[in-house]
Amino acid sequence: MKGVLATDKRGVRELGAEEMVGWDEVTQGVVLPSFDQPIGNAALLRPEERAYSDFNSYTATVASWRVIKPVYNRDICIDCQNCWVWCPDTSIISRDKQMLGIDYDHCKGCGVCVEVCPTNPKSLLMFAEAEAPEDALAKWPEKKKKEKKD
Amino acid sequence: MAITSIKNLKEFSTNNERLEGAHLLCPGCAHSMIVRELLNCTDDNLVVATNTGCLEVSTAVYPYTSWDTSWIHIGFENAATAAAGAEAMYKARKRKGTLKDPDAPVKFVAFGGDGSTYDIGFQWLSGAVERGHDFTYICLDNENYANTGGQRSSATPTGAHTSTAQAGRVSYGKKQKKKDMVAIMAAHGAPYVAQLSPNKWKSMAKGFQKALETEGPCFINTVSACTTEWKFDPKDTIHVTDLATDSLMFPIYEIINGTELNILYRPKNIIPVEEYLAAQGRYRHLFKPENRHVIDMIQKEVNEKWEYLQRREEARV
Ligand SMILES: Cc1ncc(C[n+]2csc(CCOP(=O)(O)OP(=O)(O)O)c2C)c(N)n1
Ligand code: SF4
Ligand code: SF4
Ligand code: SF4
Ligand SMILES: [Mg+2]
Repeated sequence: MKGVLATDKRGVRELGAEEMVGWDEVTQGVVLPSFDQPIGNAALLRPEERAYSDFNSYTATVASWRVIKPVYNRDICIDCQNCWVWCPDTSIISRDKQMLGIDYDHCKGCGVCVEVCPTNPKSLLMFAEAEAPEDALAKWPEKKKKEKKD
Repeated sequence: MAITSIKNLKEFSTNNERLEGAHLLCPGCAHSMIVRELLNCTDDNLVVATNTGCLEVSTAVYPYTSWDTSWIHIGFENAATAAAGAEAMYKARKRKGTLKDPDAPVKFVAFGGDGSTYDIGFQWLSGAVERGHDFTYICLDNENYANTGGQRSSATPTGAHTSTAQAGRVSYGKKQKKKDMVAIMAAHGAPYVAQLSPNKWKSMAKGFQKALETEGPCFINTVSACTTEWKFDPKDTIHVTDLATDSLMFPIYEIINGTELNILYRPKNIIPVEEYLAAQGRYRHLFKPENRHVIDMIQKEVNEKWEYLQRREEARV
């Protein structure tokens, strides 16, 4: 049951030394472990301290779902963590109460983080997927006078 | 007991995630917002049961799992049964002294959609709660059978268009009322029952923690805005949820021991239900002149429910 690689083409499998069995060949009692070694309670370990197995979706990516992406501007961010609590895809990387950036392997580009960001101008904005981060930052809007509530 | 701090969002954000990305829920889906919050509000070991529905099919697509907790998938009607069974076995093994780590704190949690909770798993949930298992059941209420194409459930509210309660020339969508699942679960005498919403993250985290810490069966109905079937832009999930709680279409409250009702959120400005309905494609037809009476009826029912909840809170019965 080894040899699966992270791929954003789900269903297409990368064949390693040993071929993975198809879903219809899996027999009762087979375990797809989330981690390569038993790690105990994952709540006590940061992601970077965990031995993720190839079966953990952490090792996969959905980056190809995006047509637009959020870009993060550290200069304006107040580390409120609104984006962290409401991201549906565990894609806001926060450590020690600080927002560090976006996990572009798992972000689907929904735009929720931008909507809930409270700064003026926003510290997160959506750009075309192909836009280089430095170009996006160069285009950042100025502080708006007063935002009209719609 | 390893409840994590929810004093403010900064502290809350220091928790280590136990739901991984690259699950296949739609962009902007509220299911995973709610699940992440549950997993982040405790450091205890968790045994999670999830029955068929969007959450289950999207977080366990072979060969991947998005769960860093123990996780059981079971048939559509049996989230409560699986959690109850695991809890009963855990207790028995603890008694017999056959647990590897008998002192490790473990909590049992079940996630079900509204289709499974309100309809198809109803009797199994009722049974598990009546038997008194120590577990927390969380309904991800998106008011339809989303995973199979948006059929109506008994959680679908009056006037909503669904694929099996269509709006058109002769119908304004679902004609029946939404089942009051919170009241039904409270009537079981469950020690903790609540309706919570992810836009109000703090009251949701507090409620989750209360449920996990309360011994016995706890039930929480959570508002899970569904971008695909409610028909709104994925970026607006929290905005639409704000409209849901501020129009009182989804009042936020808890009921302790079947009687003590506490309102957990009182909107400063209560907005007309019309604003909530207008934000979603599933209610678009209600804005035709011939359907005006449906909006008025919904508003009337929301007002009456709010009045009822406030009186119950006051009366402490
Ligand atoms: C006994 C049974 N009936 C029907 C189905 C098909 N089915 C799978 S998921 C689903 C809809 C789930 O709806 P809900 O519980 O509301 O969860 P959601 O997908 O909306 O989150 C249905 C009807 C099934 N798997 N088992
Ligand atoms: S765009 Fe959506 S998925 Fe990406 S980081 Fe923002 S909230 Fe998360
Ligand atoms: S919501 Fe905005 S201000 Fe708050 S942490 Fe995220 S990027 Fe920073
Ligand atoms: S259909 Fe609705 S509930 Fe299902 S994944 Fe999409 S947004 Fe979430
Ligand atoms: Mg549903």
